[in-house]
Amino acid sequence: MLHTVNKSPFESSSLKTCLSLAKSGSDVLLIEDGVYGALSGSAHTALLTEALGQVRVYALGPDLKARGLSEDKLIPGIKVVGYDGFVELACANDKIQNWL
Amino acid sequence: MSEAKKFMYINRHAPCGTVYGVEGLEVVLISAAFEQDICMAFIGDGVFQLKQNQDTADTGMKNFSPAYRALGDYEVNRLYVEHESLEERGLTEDDLMPLTWEDEDDDWAEKPSIYIVDRAQLSDLIEEQDIILNF
Repeated sequence: MLHTVNKSPFESSSLKTCLSLAKSGSDVLLIEDGVYGALSGSAHTALLTEALGQVRVYALGPDLKARGLSEDKLIPGIKVVGYDGFVELACANDKIQNWL
Repeated sequence: MSEAKKFMYINRHAPCGTVYGVEGLEVVLISAAFEQDICMAFIGDGVFQLKQNQDTADTGMKNFSPAYRALGDYEVNRLYVEHESLEERGLTEDDLMPLTWEDEDDDWAEKPSIYIVDRAQLSDLIEEQDIILNF
């Protein structure tokens, strides 16, 4: 299953809830303000780093760029994808859960 | 004319996901024309407003972050950024736009507008204000 998170982890519990319920082997895509969850050295870095052992985490490149977040600021292991990658993830998974 | 009041605009939202940031910035720029004593505070996700190198071209959205550079020309030259909020987000002052203003009383010397303050200092600053507006 593909999970998407579009809220900042500093403002909402969406990311935490998503990671606590996503099954091992799932894809988690961070979009919009959700990409702030990909920041290394933040209060939520440990949560996401731990999850990387269970799920694949992606962040949407255009949303990172819009917020001034370069790839070197991200937690290692998070894959940056474009809109085409978003479509591929949506097609590759049978279901999508949007944690709004 | 009555004495200038002390205004603080508090910004607590990230720049792109909601319109709080851009709307707040517009209100600050408009109110700056009324010659009041204006400062801004950036708390929580509000610190992301000042992140440098924002480039919204690929998202089809308008990038309003360069408008922060105009604040100095409107004598809005005290932007307080909470240190703890930066730290929680893995950011430092170097991640922020280098905003400046020109001091006409000091031969137009260019001076920084951003002040990194800790939570206790910010608490005192909030207490000093006459009017506080939130975005």
